Order: sequence, then C-alpha cells, then structure tokens
Amino acid sequence: MADLYTVNKSPFEKNSLEDAIRFSTEGAAILLIEDGVYGAMAGTAVSDLVANTTGRKFYALRPDLKARGIAEDRLIDGVELVDYAGFVDLVAECDKVQAWL
Amino acid sequence: MSDVKKFMYLNRRAPYGTIYAWESLEVVLIGAAFDQEVSLMFVDDGVFQLVKGSDTSELDMKNFTPTYRTLGDYGVRHMYVDKASLEARGLTQDDLVEVAWEDWETEEEVDNIVEIVDSEQIAKLLAESDVVFSF
Repeated sequence: MADLYTVNKSPFEKNSLEDAIRFSTEGAAILLIEDGVYGAMAGTAVSDLVANTTGRKFYALRPDLKARGIAEDRLIDGVELVDYAGFVDLVAECDKVQAWL
Repeated sequence: MSDVKKFMYLNRRAPYGTIYAWESLEVVLIGAAFDQEVSLMFVDDGVFQLVKGSDTSELDMKNFTPTYRTLGDYGVRHMYVDKASLEARGLTQDDLVEVAWEDWETEEEVDNIVEIVDSEQIAKLLAESDVVFSF
C-alpha cells in the first residue's frame, strides 16, 4: 500500500492540496480534513484539482464536512467519506502518513 | 451624532479550521454594544462563514454559525458578501444564512441584511469606513 497524504488547508488559500497531489505516487490515498475538505466540493474554481486526478483515491472526513455545512450531494464524484474510525483504518493500512499543511 | 464611527469588519478566513472567524465574531459582538455603525464584509474563504447547515456535533467545538443570524439584533446593519468569492466556491445566496434587522425606535425592518456586492462596491465601502478590522 502507498502512503496516506493528509491535507488540512483550504485549496483557495494555500497550494497544499495541489502539492500533495503533485508529489504523491500511484495508488496513493489522499485524505481531506479540516479546511482541506473544501477541496472535495464540486463546481468550484479548484474542483479540477481532485476531479482530473487519476490513480489516486480521495477521502474526506465527514465530521469536518458537516461542521462546514457541506452536504454530501455537493461533493466531487468518487470522493469517499470517512469518519474518525475510517481515518484510523487508512493510517493503519497505508505505509506511512505524509501531512501536507 | 458626529462621534459615531463606521466600523468595518473584514473577514477572509474559513470557519472552524482556524480561530479567526470566531475571534472576529466575538469582537463584533463586543463592538456592537458601543453604538457605532457596524458592517461586516466577507471575502475569499470568509464567505464560508455564512454557509448555513453547519453541524459541529462530531467536532467537540461550539457551532457558532447560528450566531451570525442574531447579528441584526446586536445592531449590525450591513453584511456584505463578495460576489466573485462566492462564485469561485460554487455558492449562491441560497446557501447563506439570512439575517433580519429591525430598528426598535423607528420600526424600520429589513428581512435580510446579507447583501452580495461586486469588487468596485467593496472598494468603495472599505474606503468610506472610518476603521477596518481585518480577520
């Protein structure tokens, strides 16, 4: 299993998501948390970052989406939602965690 | 009254990820008690502060989104939202909270003081303010 890349910054404010994608390897798991979950929204100026990336699996932390009022039907197709237990599973399954702040 | 100043609170950060939005709200609530003309401006990720439907029950954090709806009662007269920032985030006015305002003396009422403005209007509003507080 490849690495888990966590992104916790808004893609409108920082390039953390862009860099995490750019420097990730094939088969990587990319988990959006905290303000990073805005990167999972469809129909925004930065949606293409996630929507046009292949060979990576994207996840978003459900509690952080709920706190920001982002409904599940507004997410980019293919983004999988996880709760805290799912976050732990990803950490356990992947070789290691790379935090992109 | 000539001693009434125009206070503008400029909000450019998303809620919950950092403390900026919450701190701004606290200062607005304190400042509103001093009978000044208070306006709020939401630009860039700041527009996310007004998105309705927030549920922080799994976050161990206070849900302060409902507080925005009460700002009219605290004397906040204007809440401006940058059109370009909203559009870049795939949002419309329908996604935002509504904030009612009423003047208790004159009984003048406004159903929703949240107003979408363009960059030219924002430049003018900021320039016309006596003080700009940035968050």
